[in-house]
Amino acid sequence: MNTLTLRYEVPGDDFTRAGEASSDVKRKLKQLGYNPDAIRKVAIAMYEGEINMVIHAGGGEAVVDVDPKQVQIVLRDHGPGIPDVEKAMQEGWSTAPDNVRNLGFGAGMGLPNMKKYTDELRIDTKVGEGTTLFMKVYA
Amino acid sequence: MTVRELAEQLGAEVLVEGDLSREVKTGYAGDLLSWVMARLPESAVWMTVMGNLNAVAVCSLKDGACILLTEDAPLDENAKQRAEVEEIPVLRVTEGSYRTSLRVAALLGEMP
Repeated sequence: MNTLTLRYEVPGDDFTRAGEASSDVKRKLKQLGYNPDAIRKVAIAMYEGEINMVIHAGGGEAVVDVDPKQVQIVLRDHGPGIPDVEKAMQEGWSTAPDNVRNLGFGAGMGLPNMKKYTDELRIDTKVGEGTTLFMKVYA
Repeated sequence: MTVRELAEQLGAEVLVEGDLSREVKTGYAGDLLSWVMARLPESAVWMTVMGNLNAVAVCSLKDGACILLTEDAPLDENAKQRAEVEEIPVLRVTEGSYRTSLRVAALLGEMP
């Protein structure tokens, strides 16, 4: 298996399309015969990232690099940034608005889930400029 | 037990057929999608009142066996369409998640 790069636009404010990118990545990794446990981790982490971009950042882009050893996911948005990353990493901490909570989100599990299901997670964020998440899942 | 057998035993309405031959290994109840995202076991019947598109995505990404809507919760039209595409069965019962969980646990031999 050579390196495969997948790119997606994550639409802003459209919950009906959130999850399309992670579903597609999951499908492609399955076709490649990737390790099922790694596929599951990638799908969860990426879905949470997509949802965050829809809720908080008005969308963004996802770039996924797949090689035999690891999957690297980069999620980049130009949203408001995260003022307090430490708090955002705590389970249960949420700044999601009520309309989002009514959909079943806003449990404050997004970033904690991403950390839990990835082998590496780095967050570059600047208030007023945006956030980029780098995640790696080892095969 | 398959999803089809579970539906029959519960007398559940089948809103989306999907893969009714799918094996159900355990159950899980919850409505907060991120929470469920972290915890839904593979091949579980998921009892919830969330019948939206994102619930279908969660079940699909976590390889749940089926969604079991409780308390006659509605299934959104776009969620129904997605479940059909993803072949995820969606069932519905009138009873709440608590009582339905007890019945499912009894059927699966998982009573505490």
